[in-house]
Amino acid sequence: MSAAHPPRDPAATDGAAGRSHDPAATGGDATRPHDPAAADRDDTRSRVTLQVNGAPRDLTVDHRATLLDVLREDLGLTGAKKGCDHGQCGACTVLVDGRRANSCLLLAVAQDGAEVITVEGLAAGGELHPVQQAFLDRDAFQCGYCTPGQLCSAVGVFAEAAAGHPSHVTDPARPAGRGPVELTREEIRERLSGNLCRCGAYPNIVAAVEDVTR
Amino acid sequence: MKPYGYVRATSVEEATAAHAARPGARYLAGGTNLVDLMKHGVEEPGTLVDVSRLPLDTVEELPDGGLRVGATVRNSDLAAHPLVRERYPVLSQALLAGASGQLRNIATTGGNLLQRTRCPYFQDTAMPCNKREPGTGCGALEGVHRDHAVLGHSPHCVATHPSDMAVALAALDATVHLHGPDGERTVPVTGFHRSPGDHPERDTVIRPGELITSVVLPAATAGLPSAYRKARDRASYAFALASVAAVLDLADDGTVRGVGLAFGGLAHRPWRARLAETALLGATPTDRAIAHAVEAELGLAQPLRDNAFKVPLAHNLACRVLSELAADRP
Ligand SMILES: Cc1cc2nc3c(=O)[nH]c(=O)nc-3n(C[C@H](O)[C@H](O)[C@H](O)COP(=O)(O)OP(=O)(O)OC[C@H]3O[C@@H](n4cnc5c(N)ncnc54)[C@H](O)[C@@H]3O)c2cc1C
Ligand code: SF4
Ligand code: FES
Ligand code: FES
Repeated sequence: MSAAHPPRDPAATDGAAGRSHDPAATGGDATRPHDPAAADRDDTRSRVTLQVNGAPRDLTVDHRATLLDVLREDLGLTGAKKGCDHGQCGACTVLVDGRRANSCLLLAVAQDGAEVITVEGLAAGGELHPVQQAFLDRDAFQCGYCTPGQLCSAVGVFAEAAAGHPSHVTDPARPAGRGPVELTREEIRERLSGNLCRCGAYPNIVAAVEDVTR
Repeated sequence: MKPYGYVRATSVEEATAAHAARPGARYLAGGTNLVDLMKHGVEEPGTLVDVSRLPLDTVEELPDGGLRVGATVRNSDLAAHPLVRERYPVLSQALLAGASGQLRNIATTGGNLLQRTRCPYFQDTAMPCNKREPGTGCGALEGVHRDHAVLGHSPHCVATHPSDMAVALAALDATVHLHGPDGERTVPVTGFHRSPGDHPERDTVIRPGELITSVVLPAATAGLPSAYRKARDRASYAFALASVAAVLDLADDGTVRGVGLAFGGLAHRPWRARLAETALLGATPTDRAIAHAVEAELGLAQPLRDNAFKVPLAHNLACRVLSELAADRP
């Protein structure tokens, strides 16, 4: 499988263009058109319902399909990117039931019933999420490949810090869950370490996230 | 990847029965290790038995003051649990030193304990590897092994266990609770992972079809001063080159009444440093006494061609953590 999904060059901004649609190359289609009857007959596929950016989506998924593949290939949501496909880069980060997660390691079938928010769903009512606006204001990207993952990850970080979740750099003597953790630059850098940026736009990414917390 | 079946279990019994009934069944928890290895072709399940929604997702206070951590509690939730943070700081710190925020949100207690080695030969099906395919040889022994073991390895396998959490659990004397076809049993974390010996394909003593249901943190180590420290190639989001978990209990006169010391990144299992502990028991933990004790343990080290640096690294980490804990006493 590693040969079928070579590490993508992050400089290629259009992630959709890079994926092979040859079933032989990917070991069979990840998913097929919604066909409930076929899914019932076949123990390699299942029907699932996902709430994606607020809308229910009924799908028949091959058990091998990751959430990332389903979002990109079936639902046309190409915001979440396939960088490494192995949990090592964060480009595929989305919010699942309000928590940030690497969609490349989540099997779609196991997410049945989940609420998924992708970068396409961050802007509410045509207004950018404050962190999206801050990325624009701070010029927090170069090629933009890592950006959707950075944005979803940052939104997850705000919730985690608000809930009082500590990080590796939080004072060990600080109890958990008692009031929000202040997002200093050090905290932001640590908490966003799961999102790599091949262009090295880190200083402006940290500054943008910091702007939102002020 | 070959097609496979999928079953979502709603109870422990249903999970073990589904596992027993299907050839090539594998439990799926967060999937952050299993799905990764399936993509590499290292794992080829016939059926995935999804245990991620089992009602094992809580941290419960036990009557004796210990904590029972369900197998499906997410690593992030465990690290942020107020009682874990307060009574078992080494565990919260070890979890937070591992992986990334988004991975910890997915990864579970059971899956973390059972994650496989990160040895690159193990992950590459074109390479020889006794752990993946017994009898093919160990690619790392004379190959790339800077990240590999210095303690307890065998000529058959020099891999390390990658978990940070397990190192803290070993120092805390935690126990693993299992449910299997033959009923329930409990195994101490220190006896859960194996040394490679002649059978590197077996990481742990878990039996076929057994399900981890919980991990229990004992009352005996609750509230003791404890800490975790990890050295890695970058400041965050990297596996340990070496790490140390320490729990220190000092008597009123300042001598060591109890100590749990475990190393990560050095061996096929979390390495409980019994020699160092014995040397420290009853002693006043001066910098000198600590250094001697740690030396006694690391004297067992047999580094490979390219990883001798791990020995002084682990030594310094252990001395630092222990002396900080000794100095911190109220
Ligand atoms: C890029 C990256 C970086 C990482 N960095 C670190 C790090 O620095 N430190 C660290 O400690 N870890 C690190 N990890 C590993 C991560 O912590 C593990 O992948 C995770 O803890 C596994 O948990 P899971 O629930 O996802 O397990 P899964 O992938 O679902 O399962 C792992 C194994 O456990 C079995 N299993 C799961 N639950 C049970 C159960 N209840 N009973 C019986 N068997 C079960 C599965 O069958 C499988 O064999 C990293 C992972 C990645 C991808
Ligand atoms: S060290 Fe172990 S896992 Fe790595 S190649 Fe050798 S046998 Fe395989
Ligand atoms: S694509 Fe790199 S972490 Fe998912
Ligand atoms: S990878 Fe290019 S902007 Fe981050």
